[in-house]
Amino acid sequence: MSLKLILVLIPILPLAAAAIAGLLRQQVGRAGAHWIAILAVAMSFFLSAWVLYQHMYGGLGTVNISIYTWMVSDGIHFEIGFLIDHLSTLMMTVVTFVSWMVHIYTIGYMAEDPGYQRFFSYIALFTFSMLMLVMSNNFLQLFFGWEAVGLVSYLLIGFWFKRESAIFAGLKAFLVNRVGDFGFLLGIAAVLYCFGSMDYAEVFSKAPDITGDTVTIIPGFEWRWITLICVCLFIGAMGKSAQAPLHVWLPDSMEGPTPISALIHAATMVTAGIFMVSRMSPLFELSDAALSFVMLIGAVTAISMGLVGIVQNDIKRVIAYSTLSQLGYMTVALGVSAYSAAIFHLMTHAFFKALLFLAAGSVIIALHHQQDMRFMGGLRKQMPVTWITAWIGTLALIGFPFMSGFYSKDTIIEAVHASSRWGAGVAYWAVLIGVLITSFYSFRLLYLTFHGQPRYTVDVGAGDHPPDGIVQHTPHESPLVVTVPLVLLAIPSVVIGYLTIDPVLFGGWLSDSLPVLSQNDTVAAVGEHFDGAVAMAKHALSTAPFWLMISGFVLATFIYRIRPAVADQLQQKLPGLHRILENKFYVDELYQKTFVARTIGIGNGLWKKADDGLIDGWLVNGSARLMNNLSARVRVWQSGYLFHYAFAMIVGLIGILAIWVMLK
Amino acid sequence: MASNWPILSLLIWLPIFGGLIVLVAGDQRAPLVRLLALVFAGTTFILSIFLYTAFDTSTAATFGVYYYLGVDGFSVPLILLTTFFGPLVVIAGWTSIKDKVHQYMASFLIMEGLMVGVFSALDAMLFYVFFEAMLIPMFLVIGMWGGPKRVYATIKFFIYTFLGSVFMLIGLIYLFIQSGSWSILDWHQFPLSLAVQKWLFLGFLAAFSVKIPMWPVHTWLPDAHVEAPTGGSVILAAIMLKIGGYGFIRFSLPITPDASAALDWLIITLSLIAVVYIGFVALVQKDMKKLIAYSSISHMGFVTLGMFIAFAVFQNTDSGRGAALGVEGAMVQMISHGFVSGALFLCVGVLYDRLHSRMIADYGGVANTMPWFAALAVLFFMANSGLPGTSGFVGEFMVILAAFQANFWYAFFAAMTLILGAAYSLWLVKRVIFGDVANNEVAMLEDINAREALVLGTIAVAVLFVGLWPQPLVDLMHASVEQLLQHIQQPKFSVAGI
Repeated sequence: MSLKLILVLIPILPLAAAAIAGLLRQQVGRAGAHWIAILAVAMSFFLSAWVLYQHMYGGLGTVNISIYTWMVSDGIHFEIGFLIDHLSTLMMTVVTFVSWMVHIYTIGYMAEDPGYQRFFSYIALFTFSMLMLVMSNNFLQLFFGWEAVGLVSYLLIGFWFKRESAIFAGLKAFLVNRVGDFGFLLGIAAVLYCFGSMDYAEVFSKAPDITGDTVTIIPGFEWRWITLICVCLFIGAMGKSAQAPLHVWLPDSMEGPTPISALIHAATMVTAGIFMVSRMSPLFELSDAALSFVMLIGAVTAISMGLVGIVQNDIKRVIAYSTLSQLGYMTVALGVSAYSAAIFHLMTHAFFKALLFLAAGSVIIALHHQQDMRFMGGLRKQMPVTWITAWIGTLALIGFPFMSGFYSKDTIIEAVHASSRWGAGVAYWAVLIGVLITSFYSFRLLYLTFHGQPRYTVDVGAGDHPPDGIVQHTPHESPLVVTVPLVLLAIPSVVIGYLTIDPVLFGGWLSDSLPVLSQNDTVAAVGEHFDGAVAMAKHALSTAPFWLMISGFVLATFIYRIRPAVADQLQQKLPGLHRILENKFYVDELYQKTFVARTIGIGNGLWKKADDGLIDGWLVNGSARLMNNLSARVRVWQSGYLFHYAFAMIVGLIGILAIWVMLK
Repeated sequence: MASNWPILSLLIWLPIFGGLIVLVAGDQRAPLVRLLALVFAGTTFILSIFLYTAFDTSTAATFGVYYYLGVDGFSVPLILLTTFFGPLVVIAGWTSIKDKVHQYMASFLIMEGLMVGVFSALDAMLFYVFFEAMLIPMFLVIGMWGGPKRVYATIKFFIYTFLGSVFMLIGLIYLFIQSGSWSILDWHQFPLSLAVQKWLFLGFLAAFSVKIPMWPVHTWLPDAHVEAPTGGSVILAAIMLKIGGYGFIRFSLPITPDASAALDWLIITLSLIAVVYIGFVALVQKDMKKLIAYSSISHMGFVTLGMFIAFAVFQNTDSGRGAALGVEGAMVQMISHGFVSGALFLCVGVLYDRLHSRMIADYGGVANTMPWFAALAVLFFMANSGLPGTSGFVGEFMVILAAFQANFWYAFFAAMTLILGAAYSLWLVKRVIFGDVANNEVAMLEDINAREALVLGTIAVAVLFVGLWPQPLVDLMHASVEQLLQHIQQPKFSVAGI
């Protein structure tokens, strides 16, 4: 097989599976659908892993190939093609692996769902879209993948389309993302304006030529083109990677089935923005202003979303806010030019966050779709595998030494520390305090779910939809199709950071595809002090992040294990703070009152007043009334039968036509 | 052209002839009438494929001129769109039209021939005759098979469009008197002073802005759509609106290039108003057909924007990059909107045939009872909101890119369709398609039958094909676009020495 064929097969196999599972759902049946999808994604994974292996040990260089010409217009080539370098290969492997795990897990999670085949069709389609996004070598295909993953996300959030809240969340996700895409598309148009091309390689090579060029969009304000481009592109990333203030869709996206929360809204799709900015590093490097903007947005997201996570009771929402906060970390890393650190954290996060979501899903099915942690507790005895893997995921998330998350998060914190970019001081404090917050809400989740006494009662006669706090059967460990993916995700959550930080991150393998200006290279600055993974972990014991993490653990243990009353007391003593956090800083309410209500108001105003009132009522019908009065006298001519008029006209026109042809 | 046989004449007269045959077949033989109509429409479509294969894209700059008919890269795609929809409309009206089947089918066949005539006439008088004659069958279709307020709607439709074209007629007569010819191609080369060009431009604008329609002369369209039967809406949205866009490209741009350049700001402003203002209006519609009608106006804003952005590009840039992109984007947008709006009206027709309501509030949870229909409808609404991979994306993308080359703010307002288009399309999807079964009527709905699936499926394939590979479509027009752009950069009044 030629390399090109292999690269084409990687995204096409899941697409074919999606088509078969979706269109031939009756013919292939439930088992057929899941076998086809799982095999296709597994093959994609192995092919991706093969390409990764070739990149690491086979001496394969960067591959930049065109698959077909989508369109040529105005001399601009719009191509569908692949850029396969270290960055895209790593992304492909991570995406296909997590997707494969989620496919297997779905067999258990969705076992009783009537939309079983449709679900497999969607997640396979998602895998295809995400692969097209990360493999792209040009802006057109990037945008295609970008919107396609948004489409599948929309369909999957609203998968249970009978639920009003689910379809609302889907719509909200799509529209908020479209706000980001609005900026993204303008950014792409600006790229075309400045470089006359859609091709990454060409754009990146020309980028240094335009650093001095400026543009005046609002009179009196002169902007550098490169800053405008980067800010516009980043607005797209803010939508997709749910950065404040466009983060509002992600918590609501938890309405979707848990497997997709793991796959789309934690491990892969939401990281597309991080990936995109990293891919564009040759552009972002040229604009310190844009990078400062990126960094501050990330810092605000990292800390504010973590705080909201503390007061959530829905297990999935806690993890969702945790995801937002971790995406904030990645964004901060982008802002300090630590692109490879951001991608490294993206990778480790993909494993441990997918793991946490799938573990949460395992709990949720055990409790018959109960998601409220106030009605959980003590599940460690019934669900040992879920319990242990959740602990592993948590330790990775909080950055416990030697765990994968430790290596990636610590590198980010160090990189922010090493940066001298405007705003880096503030960002450093944000990521430090974020460690404490992360640790606190993570242990809170563990304690409330798995430890303590059960806060639910078992009632066999409770029926299919029992009230909160009552379950039909004693919870038990989930089947193998659920626990095996948990274990398979737990392994990289533990070891991937330890194994790969040296070769992949500090060894420069990843930064080969992520050009950084040498004066900005914070990862290299951190790497100078790097003496191996073990030394890094040992050194961490004497640093602030480690002790902040321990503080979070101690606080959570005290409040949720030793003195459970403290939580309520705190809530009563600080009612204002609690209310603000519980209402997520009132951002949703603000948007509802301003944008949503205003938009409807404007629409109605334009329709009723301008269209119906002014144009139609006054201009159109007004002149009609005038004509009516004038024509009252000539009405004698008119019989009033539609067919008479029409017939006369046709005869007349055909007559004219006939004369015309004869005269010619 | 590869052959000498008069394919254009055939494409015009075969459906008209078919229409007359169908009319003669009479009211009593509905099955025969349907079959005949399908045969004629189908044959016309197959014949039009020869037009495609015979059309030489590399030298399309020279018209394939017969005595008074000819085509170029602008008209061939539109003729194909017309003949493509011919059989689909016949099939779509197969069972839902029970009354006066022969007149209904005849109207559509005659209309099809007349519309092909509009797109292939190179003689201005002939163009005008087709342009006006086409209104009559549409007038009949809405007036006879339309909804309760059809009389108001038809009169409004007719007077509005008729009034607009009277101004064009004055312009045409003026041009004939001045040049001594009715040939549109002669007029392209005919020198005119800027002042005269401006008057002519406004005359053309009156006709074509109503037809396409542009804000603020758009209010006839929602009324006409709401009252029209499904087939009428489909042809109106898919093809008739395009005649306005075609008029701009065939008359305004090449005959009055200097006036177009001088007044480009007017068209660009009106186009952007259409995109944004109408987007807001579409959002609050309660009637599905009205919503799609408003969405059409908003989408047509991209057509006029794409065509006239060329002038702004030439003024604001040295490279001229974006001019061809804009014009080709406008053309692609016309074809794509033909597919998508046609399909959307067919979707509403499918629902209307079952429940006899177009109101959004009467539906909810249709996906529960009509899963295949839901899948297709979601695809078309996604295309309507410009999702990449569907045809709806291609034209908007090209025009937004082109607009940015001229001015940031043009692109800014045009790109708002990304949010507004998605908002009105998907909000409708949420209320109609998704959700729990809203009422007993929805619970009784039956999914689409094979006939409906054939019609919608065919269009779905077209939508995806253009979205995934627009190259063949864009290839058709390259040479003509290049020629047009070269032409409009040459001032006409300097030739006249005025």
